[in-house]
Amino acid sequence: MAIPLVYNVRSVRQRWTSSVVAVLGIAGTVGVFVAMLAMARGFKATLVSSGSPRNAIVRRAGADSEMVSAVSLDQLHVIEGAPGVARNGSAPLVSGEVVVIAGFNLKSTGTVANAQVRGVSGKALEIRDNVRVIQGRFFKPGLAELVVGRNAVKSYAGFDLGSTVKFGGGTWTVVGIFDAGGSAFDSEIWCDANVLSQVYKRPQNVFQSVTARLESPAGFSAFKDALTSDPRLSVQVDRETEYYEKQSRGLTTMIRVLGFLVAFVMGIGAVFGALNTMYSAVAERAREIATIRALGFGRSSLIVSFVLEALFIALLGGIVGCVAVLPMNGFTTGTMNWQTFSHVAFAFKVTPGLLGLGIGFALLMGLVGGVPPAVRAVRRPIAVALREL
Amino acid sequence: MVRVDAKANGNSLVQVRDLDKKYQRGSEEIHVLQGLNLDVGAGEFVAFMGPSGSGKTTLLNLLGGLDLPTSGSIKVAGDEITHMSANKLTAWRARHVGFIFQMYNLIPVLTAFQNVELPLLLTRLSKAERRQHVETALAVVGLSDRMKHYPRQLSGGQEQRVAIARAIVADATFLLADEPTGDLDRKSAGEIMDLLERLVHEHAKTLLMVTHDPRAAERAHVVLHLDKGVLVEGGAGGGGEA
Ligand SMILES: Nc1ncnc2c1ncn2[C@@H]1O[C@H](COP(=O)(O)OP(=O)(O)OP(=O)(O)O)[C@@H](O)[C@H]1O
Ligand SMILES: [Mg+2]
Repeated sequence: MAIPLVYNVRSVRQRWTSSVVAVLGIAGTVGVFVAMLAMARGFKATLVSSGSPRNAIVRRAGADSEMVSAVSLDQLHVIEGAPGVARNGSAPLVSGEVVVIAGFNLKSTGTVANAQVRGVSGKALEIRDNVRVIQGRFFKPGLAELVVGRNAVKSYAGFDLGSTVKFGGGTWTVVGIFDAGGSAFDSEIWCDANVLSQVYKRPQNVFQSVTARLESPAGFSAFKDALTSDPRLSVQVDRETEYYEKQSRGLTTMIRVLGFLVAFVMGIGAVFGALNTMYSAVAERAREIATIRALGFGRSSLIVSFVLEALFIALLGGIVGCVAVLPMNGFTTGTMNWQTFSHVAFAFKVTPGLLGLGIGFALLMGLVGGVPPAVRAVRRPIAVALREL
Repeated sequence: MVRVDAKANGNSLVQVRDLDKKYQRGSEEIHVLQGLNLDVGAGEFVAFMGPSGSGKTTLLNLLGGLDLPTSGSIKVAGDEITHMSANKLTAWRARHVGFIFQMYNLIPVLTAFQNVELPLLLTRLSKAERRQHVETALAVVGLSDRMKHYPRQLSGGQEQRVAIARAIVADATFLLADEPTGDLDRKSAGEIMDLLERLVHEHAKTLLMVTHDPRAAERAHVVLHLDKGVLVEGGAGGGGEA
C-alpha cells in the first residue's frame, strides 16, 4: 500500500511559505495561458456569431474580404433572382453593402481607431435577424443617418443618440443604437449604402458585397451553384458563418500561438519554482524520507509520493490560476480585425474546456517539476540520510 | 544465548560472521568493523557499548539491512541478508525489523496513530485490523489517550514511546534501538528502559540496543563492547551469557 496522501498534503501545508512560491508561479502561468486562450475563443465567437447559416455573402471572385470586392447593381439584380433567396412579399431579402473605414477617437485612450462603417440596404434588419435596434430607430433611406452598434457607442466618443458626427466629408446624425448579440456588427456603424457612396464620392450602384437571406440553410448549395455558374457574374459565394470564421482565423491563431509561447516561457519559470520547492522539501525531509524507507517503503512508493506532492501543489496553482481568470469571462475588450483593419470589440470566453486545459497544463508543470526531486529523494543512502539532523 | 566467538551451535536468531565494514573518506580508508562475529538468540536483550566512532551505529545499520557490509555474512532467522536485492531487502526490513532511533524520527505531519500505522500499510491488514493493532501497540506503550496528538504536542519521552509502538506494531522479528534514551532526561530515560525491559520480558521481544548510558545498559541481559572493530563481552548487565 502506498504512503498516505495526507502525508503530502500536510507536508505542503507545513512548508506553506515555500509551497506558496510554487503555487503562485504555476497559478500565474495557468492564468495567463487560460486568459490568452479565452481571448482567442472570445474573438472567434464574436466573429462567428456575426454570421447566420441562412445568409450567404457574395463578393467578387478572388476578393478575400469585403474591403477589396466590388459587385455592380446589375449583378445585384441577378443575385436577387437566384434560387433560394428569401422574400418579404415580393421583395427579395438581399442587401448590397458598401463598407468604408473611418477613424474615430476611442473613449478609453483618446487615440484614433478605425471603425467599420457599413452602408446597407433598408432591408438589412430583416436579413440579419441577430441585429435589433435597442434605442431610437433605424435610418431612413436617402438620409445621412447612422445607427450605431452597441460596442461602437461604448468605444468611440461622440456617438450618443441624437449627436451629429462628421466623417467622410459629410455630417451625420445618430438616430439609433443597435444590438447585434455580441457579434462583430456591434462594433460597426451602419447607414444607407447609397448615401455612404455619395459622401465618399464612390461610383453609385457599386457595392462591395451582397448579403442574401436564404429560405433555409439547406438552400445554400443551389444558390451558390446558380451564381457561380452564371456567365454574367464572376463572384464567390460563402456562407456568412464561414466568411466570418475565416476572418477570425488569422488573429485567433496568432493569439493562440502567442498564448502558447508566453505560457511556455512562463511555464519554464514555474517549473523551476516547483523544482526549487520540491528540492528543498526533499532536502529538509532527508531524515524523514530515510525513516520511511527504513520502515520498509520502497523507492517507487517514495517517488510516487513526492510526485503526487508536486502534483498537489500544481493542482492548487492551477485552481488559483483558473479562479483568478474566471472574472475575466465576459470582460469586453477591443482589437484590430486584421482582415478589415477595423476595431472589433469582443468578450473573453472562459469555457470549462479552457479551464480543464489550464489544470492539465498545471499538472504537466507539476510533473516536470516533481520527478527530478522525487528521484533525488531516494538516491541518498538510508544510512547516510539517517545521520542528518 | 549471546556469543561473540563464532562458536554458537547454529540456531541463533541473529548470526553474524566475519563482518567487515570499511568507509572511504577521500583517500583515507576507515576500517570500522573488522571480522566481527555475533550470535543472538530469540528473546535476548543485548546492549552494545563503546566509544564514539567505534562503529555501533554502523553495526546496527548493517543488522537492520539499512547498509551493506564490505564483506561477511548476516543471517536473521535463516535469511542471509547481505546478498539480497534492494527491493527484497526493503521488504525484509518491513517484515522483520523494528527500528528505534535516538531522535525518535516520527513523521511530524502525522498523528501518533498515523505514525504507528505506517508499517501496517505495508501489510495486507484491513483498515479495521490496522486500527486494532495500532490501538494495542499504543496501549502497550501507555499512550492510548494520545492517538490524535502530533509529535510536536508530545514530550520527548512520549515521542519515543510512539516510536517504540511503531517498532512493535507489525510484530517485527527483532528490535534495533540506537541510543533510545540518548536525548532524554534521566526520568524519561528510566521510563523508556522500563518499557523496553517489559517488551523483552512480557512480550518476548528480541532487542539489540546501542547505548552510552550504563544505567540503560545494566537492564540488558548481556553488554557487549565494540573495540577495534570486534565485539567483546564484559562489564555490566544481567551477567555474561544469559
Ligand atoms: N558514510 C560514512 N562515510 C564515511 N565514514 C563514516 C560513514 N559513516 C560512519 N563513518 C565513520 O565510521 C565510524 C563509525 O561511525 P558510527 O556512527 O558507527 O560510530 P558510533 O559508534 O555509532 O558513534 P557514536 O557513539 O558517536 O554514535 C566513524 O569514524 C564515522 O566517522
Ligand atoms: Mg552512533
